Amino acid sequence: MQVYLPIAEMTVDVFVVLGMGGLVGFLSGLFGVGGGFLMTPMLIFIGVPPAVAVSTQANQLVAASLSGVLAHWRRDNVDVKLGLVMLAGGVLGTILGVWLFSLLRRMGQIDIAISLSYVFFLGFIGAAMLIEAARALLRKPLQASRGKLHRHIWVHGLPFKMRFPRSRLYVSALLPLGIGAFGGVLVAIMGIGGGFLLVPAMIYLLGMPTALVAGTSLFQIIFTTAFATLLQAITNQTVDAVLAVLLIVGGVLGAQGGAKVGVALRGEYARLLLGLLVVLVAARLAWDLVVPPADLYNLAVGVSVGGTE
Amino acid sequence: MSRVRLIFAVALWCAGALAASARPASAQELIADLSSHLIAITTMFTGGEVVLFGAAQGPGEVAAVVTGPRGPVTVRMKDRTAGLWVNRKNVTYPAAPGYYAVASSAPLEKLAPRSVLDRHGLGVTHMRLEPARALPPEQAKEFRAALIRNKARQGLYQTDVAQVQFLGGGLFRVNIRFPADVPTGLYTVEVFLVQDGEVTGAQTTPLTVTKSGFSAEVYEFAVGQPEMYGFAAVTLALAAGWLAGLAFRGA
Repeated sequence: MQVYLPIAEMTVDVFVVLGMGGLVGFLSGLFGVGGGFLMTPMLIFIGVPPAVAVSTQANQLVAASLSGVLAHWRRDNVDVKLGLVMLAGGVLGTILGVWLFSLLRRMGQIDIAISLSYVFFLGFIGAAMLIEAARALLRKPLQASRGKLHRHIWVHGLPFKMRFPRSRLYVSALLPLGIGAFGGVLVAIMGIGGGFLLVPAMIYLLGMPTALVAGTSLFQIIFTTAFATLLQAITNQTVDAVLAVLLIVGGVLGAQGGAKVGVALRGEYARLLLGLLVVLVAARLAWDLVVPPADLYNLAVGVSVGGTE
Repeated sequence: MSRVRLIFAVALWCAGALAASARPASAQELIADLSSHLIAITTMFTGGEVVLFGAAQGPGEVAAVVTGPRGPVTVRMKDRTAGLWVNRKNVTYPAAPGYYAVASSAPLEKLAPRSVLDRHGLGVTHMRLEPARALPPEQAKEFRAALIRNKARQGLYQTDVAQVQFLGGGLFRVNIRFPADVPTGLYTVEVFLVQDGEVTGAQTTPLTVTKSGFSAEVYEFAVGQPEMYGFAAVTLALAAGWLAGLAFRGA
């Protein structure tokens, strides 16, 4: 069944889009990540303009992260204070990101910027996850890394220290602010929630209790993605509500299945599979950057670019 | 487009043409019209077809050019930089048509000399397409070809010439196809009567492509009230997420 997307200005097969939403939802239910890093490249692949893909994906993530956070909320696994500080950074980052997005778009370099950020961040995080999971599977958990309750690294020397009772942390407010800001930039440019980057940053840089990390990052992702949706709708008019609804419906159904399978899957295996998936996506995108394109020329419709030689 | 309606329209027109031909003084060389002047893009739109039909008096060939709304298009060329393929050179065409199709009853090269084809934009290689700044001829050729090739791949420029069929008695018809992602706006359909390489008659008729129904409402909402649209999109997502969260709880 075909349906016309009013903002993307193209016709798509409903079942293809529902299926994509379902697949990404399944993975997010299975691994506990938003899955934006998979969805945006898939949308671009079926011909959705990159700007529309990124903005609509942000809209879909509002729904995905809210439904995800509810479960963590009921188990009291959300540090609201820390989340709010991250959110303040996230708002600043999103503003910066949307501005950067339209600047790169005017320069005609938005596609390469999106691709390069994907290859860099996905490659880096995916490889780190693979190594960590493989290590955990090969031997018993490392005793040394768990020896000290509190290790002193450079981040603890930063000013503006703040108490976060829920996480039992006393750290500089600049740290969660900075992490949030970084996430906000990614939401705007890559159309992803940034959970796969926020989660390790919160564990390794902040030293947050692992149980609180997923809920707190989802909590602040609701707001940054909502803010990004609003900003993209106002400045670029690139949010396709029809596409977003299709992705949400598919995602909700898929996430339910994923969560069921996830219960049966051992943590290390889940992380190994996720790492593998992330690395594969990065490799695929890197391949496109390195291999000579089928057509050296491409079009940007409706955009006037200043002449460059 | 229903076939019955088309046949009816042609029959009606024939009656009119016969009546007109009874008065030789006011006889026109070429009369043409479309089966519909409106293509409505609804939610279920998968592309459309319009029939161009008419009558030409006396000998000669009939050709037609369909041009979509003109707007800026930038052609970018990728080049290898530090091992990566990056957009480097770009050329903007301030008034490139959003859609282009051509139809003719005879092969274009036999229809008329180059100068005539160029003047009327008959054929994709002859259509009017001016870059924003002067280019060296070699580069101009490459970028122009690239624009046409990319648009043709999207089905928006039809590089094949559609066959105008004569049905006898000077009556002709041709089907013009529009893909699902055809741009909206005002189109012009120019019909030419060509005799011995000269255009002896011409007629222009408009065609509107517009979003209609639900998709039009969504689009107008998004563009007309972007703040409200953004709020609505976020609220919708929040409601959906909340409902999904409740469903999860049950599971």
